Amino acid sequence: MSRSRSEAPGAGAGDPLRPSDHADSAAEIAQPALGPIGWLRWGWRQLTSMRTALVLLLLLAIAAVPGSIVPQRSADPNGVTQYFVDNPDLAPVLDRLQLFDVYTSAWFSAIYILLFISLIGCVIPRTKHHWKALRARPPRTPARLSRLDHHRESLVELAPGADPDAAAAASVSLAADHLRRAGYRIERYGSGSALSVSAERGYARETGNLVFHTALIGVLVSVGVGGGFTYTGQTVIVEGRTFVNTMLDYTSFNPGRFVDPDGLTPFSLTLDSFDVTYQEPGTPGAGQAGDFAANLTTQFAGEDPQPGQVRVNHPLEIAGDRVYLMGNGYAPHISIRNAEGDVVFDDAVPFLPQDTNMTSQGVIKVPDGMPEQLGLIGFFYPTAQKLESGALTSIYPALAYPVLTLWVFSGDLGIDDGTPRSVYTLDPTSMTQLAGGDSGVDSIQLMPGQWAELPNGLGTITFEDVSSDAPAVEAGSAIAHDADFGGSVKRFVSLSIHRDAAGPWVLTFAVLALLGLLAALFVPRRRMWVKATPDGHTLRIEYAGLARGEDPTLRAAVDQVAQRHGDAVEAALRG
Amino acid sequence: MPTGTFSLDSVSILLVWTAIAIYALAFIAYAIDLARRSALAIGVKDAEVREFVAAGAGYAGTTTAAVAASAAVDDLRAPEPSADAALAARPSKRPRLVWARIGTSLTVLGFLFHVGADVTRGIAAGRVPWSNMYEFSLTGTMLIVAVYLLVLFRYDLRFLGSFITGLVVLLLGGATLTFYVEVAPLMDPLKSVWLVIHVFVASLATALFALAFGLSVLQLMQARREARAAAAGLDRAGAVTRAPKAGARILRTLPSSDALESLAYRFAIIGFIFWTFTLIAGSIWANDAWGRYWGFDTKEVWTFVIWVLYAGYIHARATRGWRGSRSAWLSIIGFAAVMFNFTIVNMFFKGLHAYSGLN
Ligand code: HEM
Repeated sequence: MSRSRSEAPGAGAGDPLRPSDHADSAAEIAQPALGPIGWLRWGWRQLTSMRTALVLLLLLAIAAVPGSIVPQRSADPNGVTQYFVDNPDLAPVLDRLQLFDVYTSAWFSAIYILLFISLIGCVIPRTKHHWKALRARPPRTPARLSRLDHHRESLVELAPGADPDAAAAASVSLAADHLRRAGYRIERYGSGSALSVSAERGYARETGNLVFHTALIGVLVSVGVGGGFTYTGQTVIVEGRTFVNTMLDYTSFNPGRFVDPDGLTPFSLTLDSFDVTYQEPGTPGAGQAGDFAANLTTQFAGEDPQPGQVRVNHPLEIAGDRVYLMGNGYAPHISIRNAEGDVVFDDAVPFLPQDTNMTSQGVIKVPDGMPEQLGLIGFFYPTAQKLESGALTSIYPALAYPVLTLWVFSGDLGIDDGTPRSVYTLDPTSMTQLAGGDSGVDSIQLMPGQWAELPNGLGTITFEDVSSDAPAVEAGSAIAHDADFGGSVKRFVSLSIHRDAAGPWVLTFAVLALLGLLAALFVPRRRMWVKATPDGHTLRIEYAGLARGEDPTLRAAVDQVAQRHGDAVEAALRG
Repeated sequence: MPTGTFSLDSVSILLVWTAIAIYALAFIAYAIDLARRSALAIGVKDAEVREFVAAGAGYAGTTTAAVAASAAVDDLRAPEPSADAALAARPSKRPRLVWARIGTSLTVLGFLFHVGADVTRGIAAGRVPWSNMYEFSLTGTMLIVAVYLLVLFRYDLRFLGSFITGLVVLLLGGATLTFYVEVAPLMDPLKSVWLVIHVFVASLATALFALAFGLSVLQLMQARREARAAAAGLDRAGAVTRAPKAGARILRTLPSSDALESLAYRFAIIGFIFWTFTLIAGSIWANDAWGRYWGFDTKEVWTFVIWVLYAGYIHARATRGWRGSRSAWLSIIGFAAVMFNFTIVNMFFKGLHAYSGLN
């Protein structure tokens, strides 16, 4: 198999300058002069050697693995919390080793930073060298072509009276034309009566290699710098409500270092409706949700509203931001009246889905209007069914037989002292449970369009049927056989709004890297020589090729040059 | 579910099992071929060993022993050039290995059934047949066979036939037994052109890595045999009389470790290109589906690890002291990671890529 040999003649000028321990380089690593500068130089050379690059690459591969085994804070924060609960002894140890933040850990960063320093130290001298090589002429033809791996020779009988020197010149001209047309850069040489053409091609191989490695740096820099200008924010919108793109309306917002949170583009999004389909019961994948679509109205300040849609795989582009659909659920509309009949709560409350059948949980907080603050934990079952234990569960995600059950607490919600509390959790430590659980009072159970008494004569609670204007009936009333609950409960969507400054750059560099890689791996870099030596009434023509790097097709290429040139010479000398 | 669709899927299953049975037969035929190659090698070998023993016994002088030893090395390496040449021979100029031919014919036949199974599954599902573990396996193994058969036009890799058919029988049989799920509609994130592109190209890369893996394993075995042969030669003629093991005998008919390495490298770099593309395409898709192009999700981590491992392999091939056996180990580890990623990671690791279709 062809292997390039740098000890072969012709190596030298125009060689890609590779790290000194590259497999194709013959040079031995020189002993360092033992001064401080010498050591520095030696250290630098070690860092930019092939072996170091290789070791760092392998280390990087190994170091990336734990992040797939241990849950990561970035990708799966709940998993981390759970891990701490499940492994109370092990988790803190792992945490100290930064195993829950592998990809931002000191050791992972150290590996890739070293790798990229090595890479830069490798690429810069090679680029300089290649720049020169690009403008250099192909090297002098070696004296003894027959020493090369791929060598062919043919003897051409000259016509009687033909001038051998002229024939040699003509045949070398033919070779030069042919090679130039085949994409070689050529240079003619002559020594004594022997004339030759020296040709080289495939500079794109080294160019590709450099583009590839430089593009990797580009990817890293884009991610690093672009991240500073990037933000992501989450918000929840119930059908019929509007979100305004300011910090206030986000439930969470993660800006990069250089983002001005007050400078967000002013636009608003109104959720007109949310579509979803569920696989029919009894079919494969029954209950599987799909075809999610959030139908929005978008509006910029002072402009006309525009319709927009967000679907999975089809984020909505708006003012350089991209809006993604991250989740959805039911938002039961609940109203509460106190004993005097005053409305103290009236809102659609997003309930978080707990399973694929959309069993959902939500929290209602009534801070004012009651003798004491009131808190309710609700469970919503879009298609409720009683388990043998008596507990309810949802057996299908659509609204076939929706039931809402509520636990009631009264006391101090803990929201007055300014401690931030999630709207999705209730802290019952300073509250008394009035209904549900161990309170001895049954939990309240409602279907859309029903109302019930609150315990202790506190008032009433109604689960509004948003699809109907009919007045609510008391809980426990008979339900019509063919009652259709479709649309009786509002939906909400959780949206994620992103400004990604890095993405386009990362993509550009990644594509550049891919193109560079194609050239680096598949463009053959080779030298080719054709030499004509007059020898009495014959012309000795030699062909030789030398691979520069991996070049499995060199043999065939030399054969082809010999064949084509032979034919051309034959034709020229005959004709 | 209309019964028509259901029956089409059961036709597909029938075709799958037929394909598996035929591949198993192909595996046997290829195995017999290897055994026969080794028998051929023994025939030649025995005669030579006898001569050497006679020579060694007759003249105890050191020079003669040295001559015998170097002759032994020459002898051990003698079939290499012809094996190397045979590797790149055109199909019509290849040695007539009857059992290898039977193996290839059976593989082609099995492949036709395999394609039938894949296409009927696709029609039954009304989409591309690669969107759950069972379908990944079905299509992935089909691409492995397709790439192998395509490569056969260019290189005589029939000595890898038993490896390829064996691998496919194991993967496809195992997948059909354990991963099979009925046709179900796609989950939303999978409804994307990137499913078609990303998964297909990843499977192609896997097929190429599989070939590279097989060649790298052979390369290691061959390198060991060559080293042993060289050592035996230096170890005076006496060592030559040690009978080579069966494995080594088969290896005598195969290309040199250099040739195997060079070929493994060629498949690995094409695979690497596809894998790079897979990585990029996956990121674009992730950006559409999940709102970020990279998040170190488990599957992303493993795709990246595999990419880095093969980058390491390519570097190792270019590093003095690593070319040869050491780099071959990286190709082997790389493919092990590919298989791990496909099986263990898909089934047991938690992540966003929860598309195995299994519960
Ligand atoms: C971020 C880490 C790196 C990655 C992912 C990487 C990847 C690659 C890949 C895929 C190739 C094959 C393409 C080609 O031949 O051009 C390659 C080749 C090469 N890389 Fe890197 N590389 C990295 C870092 C480095 C470093 C730090 C050095 C310098 C020591 C280096 C030096 C080389 C050289 C000299 C080649 C050419 C090999 C040959 O002649 O076949 N690389 N690299």
